[in-house]
Amino acid sequence: MKAESDKNHQYYRTLTRMIVVLMISISIIPLISIGGITIYYYSRSLKNNTIVYLETIVNKHKIHIDTFLEEKLADIQTLVDSATVEQLLDGSFLRGRLETLQKRYGDFVDLGVVDNRGYQRAYAGPFKLEYARYSDADWFKKAMTREYFISDVFLGIRGLPHFIIAIKTKDNEGRIWIVRTTIDIEKFTSRVENIKIGKTGHAFILNRYGEFQTNPKFKDKEDTHFVYSILKETSPGVSGVSVVETEKEKRKRVIYAISFLKNREWMLVCKQDSADAFSSLYHVRKLVISICFVSFFSVLLISFLLAKKVVGRIERADLEKVKMREQVVEAGKLASIGELAAGIAHEVNNPVAIMVEEAGWMEDLLEEGELEKGDTLDEFRRALKQIRAQGTRCKQITHKLLSLARKTGSQLSDLELNELIKEVVGLSQRTARYRNVKIETELSPDTPPITASPSELQQVLLNLINNAIDAIGKDGGTVKINTRMDNKSVIIDVSDTGCGIPEAHIQRIFDPFFTTKPVGKGTGLGLSICYGIIDRMGGTISVNSAVGRGTTFHVQLPIRPEGK
Amino acid sequence: MKTMLLLVDDEESFVDILAERLRNRDFDVTTALNGEDALQKINEHNVDVAIIDVMMPGLSGIETLREIKRLKPLVEALMLTGHGTVETAIEGMKLGAYDYLMKPCDMDQLLAKIGEAKDKKNKHEEKIREAKIKELSSRFV
Repeated sequence: MKAESDKNHQYYRTLTRMIVVLMISISIIPLISIGGITIYYYSRSLKNNTIVYLETIVNKHKIHIDTFLEEKLADIQTLVDSATVEQLLDGSFLRGRLETLQKRYGDFVDLGVVDNRGYQRAYAGPFKLEYARYSDADWFKKAMTREYFISDVFLGIRGLPHFIIAIKTKDNEGRIWIVRTTIDIEKFTSRVENIKIGKTGHAFILNRYGEFQTNPKFKDKEDTHFVYSILKETSPGVSGVSVVETEKEKRKRVIYAISFLKNREWMLVCKQDSADAFSSLYHVRKLVISICFVSFFSVLLISFLLAKKVVGRIERADLEKVKMREQVVEAGKLASIGELAAGIAHEVNNPVAIMVEEAGWMEDLLEEGELEKGDTLDEFRRALKQIRAQGTRCKQITHKLLSLARKTGSQLSDLELNELIKEVVGLSQRTARYRNVKIETELSPDTPPITASPSELQQVLLNLINNAIDAIGKDGGTVKINTRMDNKSVIIDVSDTGCGIPEAHIQRIFDPFFTTKPVGKGTGLGLSICYGIIDRMGGTISVNSAVGRGTTFHVQLPIRPEGK
Repeated sequence: MKTMLLLVDDEESFVDILAERLRNRDFDVTTALNGEDALQKINEHNVDVAIIDVMMPGLSGIETLREIKRLKPLVEALMLTGHGTVETAIEGMKLGAYDYLMKPCDMDQLLAKIGEAKDKKNKHEEKIREAKIKELSSRFV
């Protein structure tokens, strides 16, 4: 009994768990999918937007800077083309030209003319740089080898950051001269430095040695090799801008947008921390995840409560069902007892009728008043003997009934199956006789005593026998009951030569309230009760039937009920 | 002329003693222990009232009654029944039984019913006779 309640407990726990898991998966899976899809598409679109934005900015400024440099170069080129070297060597002429340039464009700091040995032969500008020697300067060497040269930003002789545009020209005698100008670094860099994206997004220019050409706000040690390696790994977009997100340091991802400037000598780098660029994404992600979490926990809580409630209801319903079944069994018992009682009343009635008649006969004789005559006395004796015989018959019947009544209740006890069958057959014999049915038994003598509830088993057998008798029509037939051993169980076969059960009904005969008898004749509970009883005993009940030839019920009972 | 009774019951002791008591009361009694026997007897004797037990193996009381009514419509029948089979007794009355009696039955009651049944039969026979006379006389006129 305890094991069974434990088993039930386990069953309800499993049921609860199943409901919880089911509810959670049903509600969480779509939630997570929606959250995941939202994050995925949002991040993709945001990344795309960020990349495109960076690309656009870099591209725009690249064009700006390239145009700026080209313009400056073109300005100087125009200056050189429009004047002879002799004119340029004239200090006042040079000053005049510088003034014009400064007035028009404002970016030029100074102008100088350098000879082929590196000596500055003419100079116009704020510094005293006449006769300065540039023969060792890098820009000079480079400028000598090509038509023009734009230098990196460097400190130079003056100790101020600047860059130089140098253009090679020749005088009338074919000697080489270089016209150089210094471009205001402030004005040049401010364009790039003013690029601001979000909190961390900024831009700078690097030369090929990794030296800053601008003065960025966050002066990270930018490794040119690092940037180069990025460039090598990625192919630039249509605009010539490479955008790449990379893990620069541990757990710190950075987006770079890089483009070459000035014939691949410089690089315009736009850099932003991923965390900053995608801050709204992280925000959304955090929001989605927290919503998911909150939902998950509320779903968890609700499913637990709900499952508990539902399972509680089910448990109660099951309990009610068990109670109901017990009541149904009880009702069925009463019904079959009623049937039995009717039969027994009739059986008692016959001897009683005889006794009444005998007593009446004796009265008749007394009234005739011939008590003394010998044959009347004999008649009297015969009548008394008959009354006693009929009384004994009544006693036997009542004893049978009493033995049945004593065995009510469903407590288990060891019982001899064959004895029980004989008893039940005895009770049914008379009903059978009136219906021209012969009950035959073929009981295996070696059936061991089984542990079962006698009253319940009696009920099963009575039901089966009554059904068998009912199945046999007016023409009569035979009900055969035999017992046999099979492995570790006893099998009782109850077969009849009746009408049989049609195929369509055979599936339903054990269902409660299924009956083919007219309303008021059968409750439809008999076989369902039998099924319940046998099932609880740990046995099985099955049926074979052929329409028109008969039906056999097989009841298989374990010798010891389970759990004992 | 004595009233002729047919007593049908499967319980031999009951049939014997009841027959004896009825004979003692000036009835002609013939007995049968089952339905088939009863049908045979009804053909052999000029039975006035048949007393039939409802519950019998073989041909049941109701079937016996039906057959008797078919063979001899004028024979009146009294049904004997136990408690559980009142419905069958009622069915029997629908088939033309005169009345039913609960078993074990009181002798006076039984005698009264037999008397009534016999009267009814007599009346029937009287009417039939009258009808025949009428028919005959109308033929002569």
